[in-house]
Amino acid sequence: MSAPAAQSAPAADRPPRVTPAAKPSARERWSKRAPMLPALLFVIVVTQIPFAITIIISFMSWNAAYPDDIAFGTLSNYIAVFTDANLLRAVFVTVGLTVGVVLVSALLGLLIALLLDRKFIGRGIVRTLMITPFLVVPVAAALLFKHAIFNPSYGFLNGLLTTVFGEGAPQPDLMSSSPLLGIGIVLVWQWTPFMMLIMLAGLQSRPMDVYEAALVDGAGPWQTFRFITLPHLRRYIELAALLGTIYIVQNFDMVFTMTSGGLGTATLPYVIYQEFFVAQDYGVASAVGVIVVIASLIIATFALRTASTLLKEGNS
Amino acid sequence: MSTQHSTASADIASAGTATSAKAHEPTPKAKAQRRPGQGRTGKILLGLLAWAIALIFVSPLLWMLLTSLHAETDASTNPPSYFAPLTLDSYVNFFGGGNGANPWPFLINSAFAAIVSTLIVLVLSTMAAYSLAIRRIQRWSDVLFFLLSTKMLPMVAGLLPVYLVAKSFGILDTWLLLIIIYTAMNMPIAVWMMRSFLAEVPLEVLEAAELDGARLPRVFVQILLPLTAPGLAATALICFIFSWNELLFATVLTSTAASTAPVFLTSFVTSQGLFLSQVCAASLIISVPVLVAGIAAQDKLVQGLSMGAVK
Repeated sequence: MSAPAAQSAPAADRPPRVTPAAKPSARERWSKRAPMLPALLFVIVVTQIPFAITIIISFMSWNAAYPDDIAFGTLSNYIAVFTDANLLRAVFVTVGLTVGVVLVSALLGLLIALLLDRKFIGRGIVRTLMITPFLVVPVAAALLFKHAIFNPSYGFLNGLLTTVFGEGAPQPDLMSSSPLLGIGIVLVWQWTPFMMLIMLAGLQSRPMDVYEAALVDGAGPWQTFRFITLPHLRRYIELAALLGTIYIVQNFDMVFTMTSGGLGTATLPYVIYQEFFVAQDYGVASAVGVIVVIASLIIATFALRTASTLLKEGNS
Repeated sequence: MSTQHSTASADIASAGTATSAKAHEPTPKAKAQRRPGQGRTGKILLGLLAWAIALIFVSPLLWMLLTSLHAETDASTNPPSYFAPLTLDSYVNFFGGGNGANPWPFLINSAFAAIVSTLIVLVLSTMAAYSLAIRRIQRWSDVLFFLLSTKMLPMVAGLLPVYLVAKSFGILDTWLLLIIIYTAMNMPIAVWMMRSFLAEVPLEVLEAAELDGARLPRVFVQILLPLTAPGLAATALICFIFSWNELLFATVLTSTAASTAPVFLTSFVTSQGLFLSQVCAASLIISVPVLVAGIAAQDKLVQGLSMGAVK
C-alpha cells in the first residue's frame, strides 16, 4: 500500500549518509539493521499481530458467556453487523460525526490561521490560548461540557442565556435533544486548534516572492488568496483533514463519557468496546474491528500519499 | 522556487540545534510583505477578532477554573453566581478523598505508565532513527511508511486479542501491560520525529568523530544527544501527552491496581448531587500535566501529530 508513495517520497532528499564502496555483506547489512529491529518488532508484535488475530476471531462464533459454543468458519458475525439496525446506525453515526467535525474544525482552523498569520498585538498569546483546548485531557473536556456547560439547569450555556436575556430565556437541554451535536461541539472545540496549527505551518511556508509579484501585478487581496494562498495551502488542508479523520474516527472518550453510547450516539469504536466488554460477543466485536480497519486503510492510503508529497516538498 | 529551497534548508539547519520559538516568528520577508487596500482600522479590527475568537475558545477552560474555585452551592446556580467568594474546598476535597476515592494511586499509575513508556520509546526510537537517518539501511523509507501506516489503523481493533493475550500471561491490571501498550502506541510517532531530528545533524560532525575513532556509544552521548536534545524533549512531551490522555485501553485492561487518572475521571460520568465544583477541580488537575507539557512543546506539537509531515 505504501510502497509506491515511499519510493517517490523522501528517498531523494540527500545523498546516502554512508556510501559503501562495495556491495555490503549480509553481516554488514544486519549490523545496520540491528538498531532498528527492537522498535520495529515491538510495534509489529503489539499492534499488528492483534489485527491478524482479530481477523481470525471475526470468522468465529465466540461469546465469552458460552465458552462451550466456540465455532470456526462462520460469516454470522458479518451478517449480524450488516443486519443489526443499531450496528448499521453506528456506521452512519461514525461517518457523520467524523465528517462533520473534520469539516467544521478544518474551516474554523483555516480562518483562525489566516487571522493569526498577520501581525497584531499579543499574537503569541492568542496562539497559545488557541491551542489550550487541544491540551485538555479528552475525558476532562467531555466532563466539563457535559456537566458544567450543557447541563440544562445549572450549565454555563443556559446560565449565560439567563444572564443575558433574563428569566424567560430559552433553556435548551442539548444533551437530551441532540446529544450528537453536543459531542460534535466538544470535538470541534478540541480539534480546531490542531487544524489551525497545520494550516498556520502551511501559511508560514509560503514563498513570499510570489506575493510580491502578485502585488506588482496589482492583484487584490481576494485574488491573491484565491489564486496563490489557497492552491499552496491545498496539501496542508488535505493533510489536516486526513489526519483529523484518522484521529477522530478512533475517538472513544467523548461518546463513552458524555452519553455512554446512549441516545443513538454509539460510534464504531464504542460498539467494539461494548460488544467486547459488555456483551462479551468476541466474534461480533472483531467483525466490527475488521470493518473499522478496512475503512481506516482506505483513508490512510490517501493520507500517506498526501504526507509523502509534503515530505518531498519539504526535503527537496 | 530557489528562495523556497534556501529558506527550507536554513530551517532544517537551525531547527536541530536549538530554537523552538523561532519556527513561528515571521521571516524578514513576511514582515516586508504589505497588503494593499487595508487601512490601520482594518488591521486593528482583525487583531481584535483574533483575540475575541481565542477568548471564546478558552472560555470553557476559564469557566472550569472559576467553577472549581467556587463552593458547590455557588457552582450550580442559574443564573451563575459569577462573583461568589472563591475557595479551595474542591481541591482540598479532591486530594483529601472527601468524595470517597483517593486520587493519588490513579495519578501515580498514570505518571508511572506515561513516564516509563516514554523513556523506553525514546531509547528504542532513537536507535531506530539512527538506522533510518544516519547509517541508513536500504529501503529505509519503506520502513518509515510502514510505521506511519500502522499508526493510521485504529488500535481499538486489536483490543480483544491484546486483552486475551494479557489475560493468558496474567498481566491484566499491571503497570507492565500499560507500559507495553503505550510504548507500542507512541513508537511510530517517535521514530518519525527522531528520524527528522537526526537527519538534521550535519554529516561532517559525525565523520570527524568517526575519524577520531570514537565508538558508537560515545558518538551517541557526546555528539548526537546534545545536538538533538530539543527534538528529544519535544518527542518525550508528545509521547507523554498521548499516554497520559489514553482512556480506552486503560479502562479495559486495568481494574483496580493499575487504573489511571482518566479512568478515575470517568467515575464522575453520572452526576451525583452537588459535585460540579469537584468535577471541575478534578478535570483541571488531571489536565495540568498535559497543558504544561503541550504549551512547552507547542512548536513541535504539529510535527508530532502529523508524524513529521509538517514542520
